[in-house]
Amino acid sequence: MTLFGLNAIHAVLLIPALAAAVLALLPGYRLSARINTAAALATFAAAVSLFFQRPPVGNYLQVDDLSVVFIVLGAFVGFTTSLFSASYIAHEVETGRLTPVRLRFYHAMYQVLMFGMNLALVSNNLGVMWVAIELATLTTVAMVGIYRTHEAIEAAWKYFILGSVGIALALFGTILVYVAAEPVVGQGLQGMVWTVLMTKVAAFDPALLNVAFVFLLLGYGTKVGLAPLHAWLPDAHAEGPTPISAVLSGLLLNVALYAVLRFKMLLAANHAALAPGPLLVTMGLVSLVFAGFMLYRRRDIKRMFAYSSIEHMGIIAFAFGMGGPLANFAGLLHMTMHSLTKSGIFFTVGHIAQVKESQRIADIRGLTVTHPILGWSLVAGVLAIAGLPPFGIFTSEFLVITSTFARQPLLAAPLVFGILVAFGALLLRLQGLAFGEPSPGTAGTKASYLPMIAHFGLVLAAGIYFPPLLTGWFQHVARLLG
Amino acid sequence: MSGLYFDVAHLLAGGLVLMSFTLLYQDRLSALVNVFALHALVLAMAVAWQAYVQDAPHLYVTAVIALAFKAIVIPLALRRIIRRLGIHREIETAVGVGPAMLAGIGLVALSMVVMLRVTEEADRLAREDLAFALSVVLLGLLMMVTRRNAVSQVIGFMSLENGLILAAAGAKGMPLVVEISVAFSVLIAFIVIGVFLFRIRERFETIDVEALDRFREARE
Repeated sequence: MTLFGLNAIHAVLLIPALAAAVLALLPGYRLSARINTAAALATFAAAVSLFFQRPPVGNYLQVDDLSVVFIVLGAFVGFTTSLFSASYIAHEVETGRLTPVRLRFYHAMYQVLMFGMNLALVSNNLGVMWVAIELATLTTVAMVGIYRTHEAIEAAWKYFILGSVGIALALFGTILVYVAAEPVVGQGLQGMVWTVLMTKVAAFDPALLNVAFVFLLLGYGTKVGLAPLHAWLPDAHAEGPTPISAVLSGLLLNVALYAVLRFKMLLAANHAALAPGPLLVTMGLVSLVFAGFMLYRRRDIKRMFAYSSIEHMGIIAFAFGMGGPLANFAGLLHMTMHSLTKSGIFFTVGHIAQVKESQRIADIRGLTVTHPILGWSLVAGVLAIAGLPPFGIFTSEFLVITSTFARQPLLAAPLVFGILVAFGALLLRLQGLAFGEPSPGTAGTKASYLPMIAHFGLVLAAGIYFPPLLTGWFQHVARLLG
Repeated sequence: MSGLYFDVAHLLAGGLVLMSFTLLYQDRLSALVNVFALHALVLAMAVAWQAYVQDAPHLYVTAVIALAFKAIVIPLALRRIIRRLGIHREIETAVGVGPAMLAGIGLVALSMVVMLRVTEEADRLAREDLAFALSVVLLGLLMMVTRRNAVSQVIGFMSLENGLILAAAGAKGMPLVVEISVAFSVLIAFIVIGVFLFRIRERFETIDVEALDRFREARE
């Protein structure tokens, strides 16, 4: 499918870029919100077409079986979030929390963020990927601070400092990979092209690759939110607009994880280099257990679900660190399910915070009485994210645990422990949020329920019946990951 | 590679490490900004020398960016901000100068040990360049950790970034160096100067990061 020499890869990049330019100029939030949604839908359509037809591999851009999973998932969540964003933003404008100028900025930045994330995913070049992830960081920093409250600025500042240190370390790692590649591949552009590196990595200097990977893991790991580099994540989730929390958890963490996975594949192809798995396993377990305990002390609802994201990124990093077809499959499935569930939860939480005019857990009680749809959606979302059947996260967590038991029973113990700790915390909080004496704030909402119901519906459907076509695809990708 | 080429490159990269140390013990903001300007100037010279040695004209662009943007524009802007905020007083450091310098020496030793050992097969110039660059990066990190003030944290970040540019320039024939240095400049210009300092100024009487923490404690 090529139009005017542009293929689907160009489409997933050009649509957001053009939309950002248009949205930056357009006044009036209603029209902007529609254009935002339309652009996200068009991007999603272009992303889906990548499943069926692959454009040729270039020195800068390429799509392979691994990245297409991330792109389609990202474009889908990007689209549903833009739907949610439209109704969320309408409320923010009515209550005067966002001015028209900031809103224009918000919409433009939303599309720039989509552009950055898509560019990172379709890049065939270490440098391009780095620049793209930096761009995505920059836009989210600006969006986290958009309310300009003390807390929002603090969150954005912290995110900026930690995020920049992260991307700086990642760049040093990238340079080291190039230095390792240069004697084998030769000078110039080829030394940074993924597809070239993958074929020749076996001859690279393993010591340099090891050091490079440590920098890359620390750098991109900061963006994944792995402990102990997670400090920015709860603040950024809690203080920014809720659509951004949904995009951060559902997409940006995945994009950073994608970068880590790419480098993991690179190292795995060089037999003399250190095995990247144990590092990922350790960081994953630390994040999981740490976040599980932190969940108990949270008083802010968005902050709580941010810690839940750290917990789940820990599980995913753990699964990919274990490696092997089964654990990788479980990791991919868990990543997909977590993206869908967590962004769905943030859609729900966004509306809840608007009707209760507070994010404090203490101010939100008895939702199922006052707002049945929101309340029960939250119940569904929390049960899903806690890993109860019949939701899809149960399936993926079950797979992670069983595959670990089969190979490293000792590692399964902390894994199960961490999951149970988090499970307890989430159910404990859910009790007060959804049931009991309702708190004040019974105003109706003009919420759009479609995005959250679609997300939870998909997660439920995946838990009950996972289509064989997708199973086959995920198995294929899991084998690629090694 | 003849002796002179190597020595000059060595001198300039070492000079950058020296400048990083000088940054560590500056206890007045205006002096800190001046030293940072020197830091960027040394970087520009180092990159220009690499461009000449490697016969890579695109690196001259990076050198010019470092010179014009980081050695002139940013320091001028920072000085204005400092004056406007009235914070040209002493910097509070979380760690004293002595321990900070000792930690810095330790970090330089660490980066020498790590980088020289793993790059035994790499080109001699690139190798030492990488070791120096890692030292600058780690010293920048150290500075960000030991300072509480927002402006000095930003300067710490920029010195760290100078180390990265040095590493990228030293890696022979590395593509996209110019793009990366532009991306970094955008990061710095956009966020630091434009958005953050003004917003923080707008809302806080001080841009001390500790003030930010206070708001957080009040809330949680």
